[in-house]
Amino acid sequence: MTETPIRGPRVGLFATCLMNVFRPNVGFSAAKLLEDAGCTVEVPANQTCCGQPGYNSGDYEAARALARQVIETFENYDYIVGPSGSCMATIRHDYPVLFQDDPVWLPRAQALSVKSWELLSFLADVLGATTSDAHYDGTVTYHDSCSGLRGLGIKGQPRTLLGEVDGLKLKEMEDSEVCCGFGGTFCIKYPEISEKMVEDKVRNILATGADTVVGGDLGCLMNIAGRLKRINAPVKVFHTAEVLAGLADGPGLAGAAKESD
Amino acid sequence: MEIRSKEFKERAVFAIHDASLQQALGKARGGFVGKRAQQAAELPEFEQLREEAKNTKNHILDNLDHYLERYEAAVTAAGGHVHWARDAKEARKIILDICKRVDAKTVTKGKSMVSEEIGLNEALIEHGMEVVETDLGEYIIQLAHEPPSHIIAPAVHKTKDQVSDLFEAAHGGPRKTEVADLVNEARRVLRDKYFRADVGITGGNFLVAETGSSIIVTNEGNGDLTQTLAKVHIVTSGIERVVPTLDDATLFLRLLARSATGQETETYTTISTGPRRADDIDGPEEYHVVLVDNGRSKMLGGRFKDMLRCIRCGACMNHCPVYGAVGGHAYGWVYPGPMGSVLTPLIKGLDNAYDLPNACTLNGRCASVCPVKIPLPDLLRELRHMQHQQDITPAMQRRALKVWRYIATRPKLYHALEQVGARFLSAIAKDGSIRRLPLASGWTDVRDLPAPAGRTFLELWQGKRGQK
Repeated sequence: MTETPIRGPRVGLFATCLMNVFRPNVGFSAAKLLEDAGCTVEVPANQTCCGQPGYNSGDYEAARALARQVIETFENYDYIVGPSGSCMATIRHDYPVLFQDDPVWLPRAQALSVKSWELLSFLADVLGATTSDAHYDGTVTYHDSCSGLRGLGIKGQPRTLLGEVDGLKLKEMEDSEVCCGFGGTFCIKYPEISEKMVEDKVRNILATGADTVVGGDLGCLMNIAGRLKRINAPVKVFHTAEVLAGLADGPGLAGAAKESD
Repeated sequence: MEIRSKEFKERAVFAIHDASLQQALGKARGGFVGKRAQQAAELPEFEQLREEAKNTKNHILDNLDHYLERYEAAVTAAGGHVHWARDAKEARKIILDICKRVDAKTVTKGKSMVSEEIGLNEALIEHGMEVVETDLGEYIIQLAHEPPSHIIAPAVHKTKDQVSDLFEAAHGGPRKTEVADLVNEARRVLRDKYFRADVGITGGNFLVAETGSSIIVTNEGNGDLTQTLAKVHIVTSGIERVVPTLDDATLFLRLLARSATGQETETYTTISTGPRRADDIDGPEEYHVVLVDNGRSKMLGGRFKDMLRCIRCGACMNHCPVYGAVGGHAYGWVYPGPMGSVLTPLIKGLDNAYDLPNACTLNGRCASVCPVKIPLPDLLRELRHMQHQQDITPAMQRRALKVWRYIATRPKLYHALEQVGARFLSAIAKDGSIRRLPLASGWTDVRDLPAPAGRTFLELWQGKRGQK
C-alpha cells in the first residue's frame, strides 16, 4: 500500500460534527483536495467536537475538556486541517486563550494552534495551490462565513480557487461579509432575529441570479440552505470544497436527490 | 431610566414586526456603513490610527487617577468646578443642587448619553424644571416620550412621517413634510429656549487634562448654543473620557467622525475651558463638570477594562446585524448594540440583562470597525462565562452542556449517537430536508433542516479506507 516514495505532509483531517452527520461529501472532498495536493490524509477515529459550543456558551471547563482531547488526538500530525473556519479558528485562536494559565497544556495548545488550518487557506497559503481541474456548470455566489473571514483572513483564497474551476462563473452578492444569522446556538435561542438575518442573506443571494451559493462553514450553509428550501427558492448550496473537488455533482444541501442530474 | 433588558426577546420580536421601524433601520444602516467604509479607505493611516488610539487609551486607563487629578486641577485653575459622582443618584443630586441654587426654570441640553444613564431629565422635571433637548434627534424623541435608540442618532428609529406627526402635535399645524421645513421649525422653537435657559447641560466627548477643557462635537451647533448662552454650563461625563493633551484629543477626533457618521469631521468641534472671563463677550457665568463613575472604576481593574476605551461613536451598532434587525429599544436600557450589551450587564447587573451578551452571533463585525479596537465579541463571551459561573444561565442550558460534555468526551458513544441521529433524520426527511422537528423547533420554525445522507463521514471513511 505504501509504494509512493514521496511523502507529503501528514495531515490529520478534522471531521467537524456537522460534516460528520450532515454532509460526509465535504469530508471526502477535503480529503481529495489534500491528497491531490500531495498530502497524506488520515482521519483519527478518536475525534469528536472542537469544544466551541461549550466555549461560546461560557462553559470554559467543558471547552477545555474537549480541547485537551483534540490536542491529544492531533498533536502528532504535521497539520490539523478542517473544512470549517469556525472550528479551525477555535483551535487556532481560542485554545491558547483557554489554557493561558495552564503551564502544562498551554505549550501543547500553542503547538497545535500554529499547525491548525482551515482547508481553503491551507491549500492556498501553505500548499500554494492556485489552480483547480474541477468543472462546474453554473453561476456561483460566495458567502463569507464570519469566523473564517475575520478570524482567519479567508477571503481571497476561495474566490481565487473557485475562479479556476472550469465552467464556473462567480458573481458577488451584496453584503457577502454580513452574518447569515446562524451563530451556533444563537439561531435556536433567538429564532426570530436569526430569521430576519437569514432572510436578508437569502434576498442578497437571490438578487445575484446565481444558481448556486457556496461557503466554507456548514453551519452557515445549513442555515442558508434550510431557508432557501423553506421559501422554495431553487438555489443549490454546496461547501466550497465540494465544488473544488469536482464532487458537487449530487444534490446540494437540503436538495432532493431527484433535483440532481 | 428603568431597565427593561429582561424583556429583550419580546421587544426584539415586536421590533421585527414593526414596519415603520424596519423602514427607518434599513435606511440608516446602508448610509452609516457605506460612508464609514469610504472614509476609512480614503485615509491611508486609518488602521494605524486605530492601533495608536487603542494604545493611547490603554495608557490613559493605566494612569487614570493621575490624569483625572491633573484635569481637576486644570479645570479649577480655569475657574470651573469638578464634582465627583460615584453613582447615578449622586450625579443627579449634584446637578439638581446646582440647578436649584441658581433657581433654574429652564434647562437646555445638548446630547449626553451619560445624562440618560443617570436618569437626569426625569429628576429635573420632577423638580418643576422645563427640560429641553436641543439635539434634533433628542428633541424628536423627547416629544415622543421615548428613550434614544442609538447613541449618536437617538431618533434613528423614526421615519420622516412620524416626525411630521410629532411636530404637528407639539407645534400646531400646518403639517410639514419636507425635511428642511421640519428642521427650520425645530430651529425656531429651540432658538427661543436657548435664550431663556438658566442652565445648559452637555456631554463631553473628551476632557483634556492639560487645559481643563471639555470638547463636544455636533453637526447642528446646538451644543454650542446650549453651553454658551445659559448662565450655567454643566458638563456630564464618564470618568474614562479624559485624555492627556489637546494633541491626543485630535487623534480621537480624527477617528470619531469617520467611525460614527462617516464624515471626515463633524460640523462643529467646540472646546470649552472654564466660565466666561472678564473680557469674553459671551459664555456661562459658572462652569461645572460632573464626573460620573457609576461602575466604571470597577471595570478598571478587571477583564472588562478594554470596554473603557469606548469613545461612543456607534460604529459597533451600525455594523451589528442583530442591532440592524431589532433596533436599539429592544436592548431595554440606555446603551444598545454590542457596546451596550457589554456595558448594560456590567452597570445594571448580569441577571438584569441575561439576553444581551447572548443575543449575538459572535460574527466579529463590530470589533473589526471599532476605532479603539475593543474586542467586543470576546467581552460578550466573557459575560456568558460569568453568567454560567454564577448560575444565571438557564438550568436547561447548563444541563444540556453537562450532557454534551459527557458524550463528547467519549468518542465511541458520541459516534454511536451521531450514527443514530443521522439515520433517524435521514429516515424522516422528505425531498432532502425536514420541515418540522418538535425538539428543534427553534430551527424548523424558521427554516428546513437539511437532511443527512444516512451514514456518517467517519463510518463511510472507515468503510472505504479501513483506517483506525
